[in-house]
Amino acid sequence: MKQLALVIDLNVCVGCHACVTSCKEWNTSGNAGFMSDMNPYDADPTGTFFNRVQTFEIGAYPGTETVHFPKSCLHCEDPPCVPVCPTGASYKRKEDGIVLVDYDKCIGCKYCSWACPYGARELDENQKVMKKCTLCVDRIYDESLPEAERKPACVLACPTSARLFGDVNEPNSVVSVAIRENGGYQLMPEWGTNPANHYLPRRRTQITIHEDELIRVDNPLKKERQLPMPDPDEQTLDDITSW
Amino acid sequence: MHPAFSVIFLTTLIGVAQGLFLALYTGQLYSVVNVLPVQDSHSFYGLGSLLALVFLSGGLIASFFHLGRPERAWRSATQWRTSWLSREVVVLPAFMGLTALYGLIHYFDLNPVLFKFSGVFVVDLSLLVGAVNTLLAFTLFFCTGMIYACIKFLQEWATPLTVVNYMLLGSASGFSLATAFAAYVGSELVTFYGAWAIIITLAAFVTRSASLLRNARIKYKSSLRSAIGIRHAQIEQKSRGFMAGSFNTREYFHGASAQSYRVVKWLFLLLVFPLPVVLISIGLGSGVFVILALAFAVQYLGLLAERWFFFAQANHPQNLYYQTV
Repeated sequence: MKQLALVIDLNVCVGCHACVTSCKEWNTSGNAGFMSDMNPYDADPTGTFFNRVQTFEIGAYPGTETVHFPKSCLHCEDPPCVPVCPTGASYKRKEDGIVLVDYDKCIGCKYCSWACPYGARELDENQKVMKKCTLCVDRIYDESLPEAERKPACVLACPTSARLFGDVNEPNSVVSVAIRENGGYQLMPEWGTNPANHYLPRRRTQITIHEDELIRVDNPLKKERQLPMPDPDEQTLDDITSW
Repeated sequence: MHPAFSVIFLTTLIGVAQGLFLALYTGQLYSVVNVLPVQDSHSFYGLGSLLALVFLSGGLIASFFHLGRPERAWRSATQWRTSWLSREVVVLPAFMGLTALYGLIHYFDLNPVLFKFSGVFVVDLSLLVGAVNTLLAFTLFFCTGMIYACIKFLQEWATPLTVVNYMLLGSASGFSLATAFAAYVGSELVTFYGAWAIIITLAAFVTRSASLLRNARIKYKSSLRSAIGIRHAQIEQKSRGFMAGSFNTREYFHGASAQSYRVVKWLFLLLVFPLPVVLISIGLGSGVFVILALAFAVQYLGLLAERWFFFAQANHPQNLYYQTV
C-alpha cells in the first residue's frame, strides 16, 4: 500500500528554518484556510505551524555536536490520533497514507492532540479546529504544476536537500533507498505507531587516503627506471611538458 | 496536561449524578426485597431524579465549553466504533433520558406492575427502567475512565485504576449527595446512604492512593533519546524552534508552580476523603441536614481539586520536545 512520507537527513540539516517558513507560506495561502497568528506584533504572540526546527546539543563540551531537528506530523502507519476522534474528522487516506483533518467536521475537542505522542497537532486559535501537516496534499497532485514541483513546500525549500519525499512502501523509491542505506529510523518506536516519516542519523563523513594514492605510482617514466623509487619531489613528465 | 475547567466540571458533575442515581435505585431495589422501607414516589424518587438531571445538565453544558466548534457537537456521536469519547457522547444523553424517564414514571405514578417474582417481589416499570439505567451509569463511568486510560503513552492515566477511580469517586460523591438529599426530604434512608457514602469514600481512598503510589514510581518509556532517535546519554535541548507560545506549550503543561501542585494534591486528599467521612459521621449522629450538605459540598470541592491534579499529573511525551525556549 502506498505510504507517502518525508525522510529527513539530520546529517545534512543546517537548521535554517526555510522549511518552516515555506510550509507556513504555502499552507496559509491554501484553500483550506489560513494558519492563524494571534497577536503577531504584540505581547505574547502565538501561531499555528505544521513544522518546526528544533536544536539539540549532544555530548559534553568540547566534544559536542549540534543537531538540528525538523519536527512535523510523521503520518504514522498506525496513527493513534485517528481512532480516538469522535467525529471522524481525523482520517488516514487509504490511497496514499496521508493523515488529514477534515476542517469542516472537526469540533475542536483536542482529544486527537492528546493522543499524539509527538505533539504534531495544533489547534488553530482562529478557526478553532485541529490542524496538522498535510504533506501539501493540495500541491503534490496538482497537475497544473511542473512535475518537479509536485512535492511538499518544505522539501522544495530545503537548501541542503535534507528532506526527501516519496513512497516508503515502494522498495526502490528514493526515500526507501535512503532509509535502507543510511540507517533511517523512526521516532519513539516504543509506542508502536510506526511513523512513516523517517530520520537519517548523523554519519561520520570521511574518506581514507593511502600514501601511495598521493604519488603518481602509474607514471610510466618512473616505472621504467630502476628501483628504488625516485624521490617524490622529483619532476615528472607532467610537470615539465604541456600536453 | 493542562487541566481544562470544562472537563473538570463535566467529569465531576456527571459523576455526582451517576452516583446519585445509583443511590436512588439501590434504595428502590432494597425496598422491593423488603430490606428497606418504601419511599415516596413524588418527593423522593421524582425529586431525586430531578436533582440528578440538574447535575447532568450542568456537566453537559460544561462539556460544550471544551469544544472549539460546539455547533458541530452532534458529529461526535458518530465514531462510537473506535472512540471512547464518542461512546461517552452516546451514553451520556441516553443516561440523561432514562434518568428523566425514571423520574417521570415515579413522579406521575405511571408505574404499572409488570410481573411478580415468586409471588412476593413486585417488579414494576420503574424497576426495569432503573435496571437499564444502572447499566448505563456504569457504562458511562467506564467510557469516561477509558477516554483517559486508553491513551497508552500518558502513562499516569493508562491503568485500570483510572476507570476504577472514576467509578468510586463519582459514586462516593453521589451517595454523599443522596445522604444530604434524604435528610432534606426527611427520608429514613439517611443512615443507609450515609453508611454507603462512607464505605465508598474509603474504598475510593484506597484506589486513588494506589494510583498516586503507582504514578510516583512510574518509569517513562519515552526519553529525549527515543524522541529524537539519537542514542547518547547526554542530550540537551538548545532551542524549541520559536520564542513565542504555541498550542504545544499551552495544552500539555499545567503551568502551576511546584508548590501549588503539591498543595492541590494534599488539599484533595483532605477534602475528598477524611473530611466528608467525619462530617457524614457527625451528620448521621445528629441528623442535621446542613452538616450532611456541607459534607457533600466539601467532597465536591475536593473532587474539583482531584480532577485538576489528575490532569496536571499526566506527563505527555511531547513535552520532551519543549524543554527550552
